Amino acid sequence: MTIGAFADRGADLQLVGIEKRFPGFTAIENLNLTIPAGSFFALLGPSGCGKTTTLRLVAGLEEPTGGRILIGGADVTNQKSFQRPVNTVFQSYALFPHMTVLENVAFGLRRRKIGDPVAKAHEALLLVELDHLAHRRPQQLSGGQQQRVALARAIVNRPALLLLDEPLGALDLKLRRQMQLELKTIQEEVGLTFLHVTHDQEEAMTMADIIAVMNKGRIEQMGEPQQLYELPKTAFVANFLGQSNLFTGPVVSTTGTAIAVDVSGQKIVVPLERAHRVSGAVTIGVRPEKLTLHDVAPTYSDGRNVLGPGRVIDVSFSGVSTQYLVAVPGIGTLVVFAQNMAFGPAAHVGAEVWLSWNVNHGFGLDDDPTDAPRFEADLDTKTIAQQRRSSLITEFEEA
Amino acid sequence: MAFAAFSSTAPSATAAPSTDPVARRRSPVALFLLLPGILYLVLFFLTPLVSLLLTSFQSPREFGDIGQFDYAFRWQNYVEVVTTYWPHIVRSFSYALAATFFALLISYPLAYFIGVKARKWPLLQSLMLVLVIAPFFISFLLRTLAWKQLFSDESFVVQSLKALSLLGPEAHVTGTAFSVIFGLTYNFIPFMTLPLYTTLERLDVRYLEAGNDLYASPFQVFRKITIPLSMPGIVAGTLLTFIPAAGDYINASRDFLGGTGTQMMGNVIEANFLVLQNYPSAAALSIILMTVILVIVSIYVKRSGTEELL
Ligand SMILES: Nc1ncnc2c1ncn2[C@@H]1O[C@H](COP(=O)(O)OP(=O)(O)O)[C@@H](O)[C@H]1O
Ligand SMILES: [Mg+2]
Repeated sequence: MTIGAFADRGADLQLVGIEKRFPGFTAIENLNLTIPAGSFFALLGPSGCGKTTTLRLVAGLEEPTGGRILIGGADVTNQKSFQRPVNTVFQSYALFPHMTVLENVAFGLRRRKIGDPVAKAHEALLLVELDHLAHRRPQQLSGGQQQRVALARAIVNRPALLLLDEPLGALDLKLRRQMQLELKTIQEEVGLTFLHVTHDQEEAMTMADIIAVMNKGRIEQMGEPQQLYELPKTAFVANFLGQSNLFTGPVVSTTGTAIAVDVSGQKIVVPLERAHRVSGAVTIGVRPEKLTLHDVAPTYSDGRNVLGPGRVIDVSFSGVSTQYLVAVPGIGTLVVFAQNMAFGPAAHVGAEVWLSWNVNHGFGLDDDPTDAPRFEADLDTKTIAQQRRSSLITEFEEA
Repeated sequence: MAFAAFSSTAPSATAAPSTDPVARRRSPVALFLLLPGILYLVLFFLTPLVSLLLTSFQSPREFGDIGQFDYAFRWQNYVEVVTTYWPHIVRSFSYALAATFFALLISYPLAYFIGVKARKWPLLQSLMLVLVIAPFFISFLLRTLAWKQLFSDESFVVQSLKALSLLGPEAHVTGTAFSVIFGLTYNFIPFMTLPLYTTLERLDVRYLEAGNDLYASPFQVFRKITIPLSMPGIVAGTLLTFIPAAGDYINASRDFLGGTGTQMMGNVIEANFLVLQNYPSAAALSIILMTVILVIVSIYVKRSGTEELL
């Protein structure tokens, strides 16, 4: 892989046992990650979990305390940043203030002595719809425009691996959607490998082929977006990627296809292949949109779990769906998303309701239920995720 | 280059319509507030300048004593001083240029270390800054005299150099171009270091990282990013060194580090004013010195294009 020419295809990235310690603080511990060539990979996690540090290690701006980094099979751990076939879209943009937008974009091309840098820079600026501002200074652009210039400055180099550190954070919703599409198109057209860092779970899910959910310097779970959503492995993933209703209890019986868990006296069944643990105390869960509300006790015998009775304590209408909070004695508060199929809510505050869901929609976590501190910290990120979600919803409504 | 494009486009388009009426309105309060400054300038800058200009055209009084002159328009004074003293004029500017160059060469790495590398250790940063400023606590006359002692023929430095045959048996260090440029460089290093430090201290290292990420080697990052971004400091430091160095008459004086062959314009002006009592020549030389510095500085500031970075 030479620096002097455009990459004709993406390269895979391998992180082997990466560890990064700052004085008195371990930012990343034992990180193992393989990103296939040509994929759109999202690193998703809350603020401060080590995403930027991971990118800086890959870019060569930070030296790992331990472990190896391989790009396209070649060990680059000891390579200097400017020798690596990698470009970064920085979270802070870091556009050179003493150069025009055009010169900023052409900078990498000139360093690599690639022919016709100006024309190629114009092309890249056209791609991000900023060619008309090519002769401005970065500080004369808005935040969103600067971000697009930063994107153009990296993409124009056609690196085998493009690192994006929350590149769409400063854009308004419409532009963000547009840029998400653009990014995805560029990535697919050129077949480059994108490592996209974000704390926006929706962005990660819509754009990425593979998502790795990161928490406190460790990868909690990695997989395709749908797989991660349908079958989260830890309470953190279950709540960071969308919302979940989680219950804890001992496994009371096991059949060849399912386990039954006793949750405060009510039996809940989870399919065996959807449970990460099959004995002892386990945490199981179900997504809010999988729940159905009933105003009389349902009489299902098989194939559905039933909880109740509980009492509706909050109803909030959000357009496509309505969110109900249902307090079930001995279990806690459950969240239910119900499609607005009829006018008016299906239940009012104070109503007595039962909840049911298809057994096949439940999932069992791999977490140790006695691992109390992890749960507490997760509550915090859950609120972050919820706040983001509600702010996105209001944004949608305004747009 | 690119700077021209910048200045011609943006600010004029946006700023012009909105600010015009405000700028045009003359406020008596503003004028009143400016009054002390204007008075001060008239009294202590304009008056001596006019006096100097008038003196430079004076002609010797007929049958008068030495040092007696009448107001006239004797422009030949200028021709005379240039033909007599052109070696001193050339020497002044070449010594000042050399001193500025060496001071920059020494100060830039120093300021870079204090302002960028030492950021992690604020205590070391302050300590080094104090060390840069500390020499100011002793009069520069004394310090320059001390160097004269250090460079004198009997000094340990010169003796050792001679013992090592790095210096011929008949050679001297004081009174040479070397010692004068050395003295100028030494005396102006703090004036170079401090403005450099203030810009480098604010240098955002993320730009350097971005440069590294975009395939620029450390040297290219330095040339394409660090230097342009620290241009305001470089311009301020070189001006603060070059301007006083060109007019300096202490270092080149025979009483300090200079000799007969190293006299600069300052020395000639001093001699003409105080010894020869040839006031018109001294005044003409002063005007020439000032004009040349003004021309050089304005070209320099324009070329370096630092107006917007300042
Ligand atoms: N240079 C540094 N020195 C000490 N701690 C650092 C340094 N850089 C980052 N950290 C810490 O490492 C953690 C991860 O930071 P970062 O990778 O920037 O998080 P993210 O990008 O996921 O928000 C944070 O707690 C941060 O305070
Ligand atoms: Mg970050």
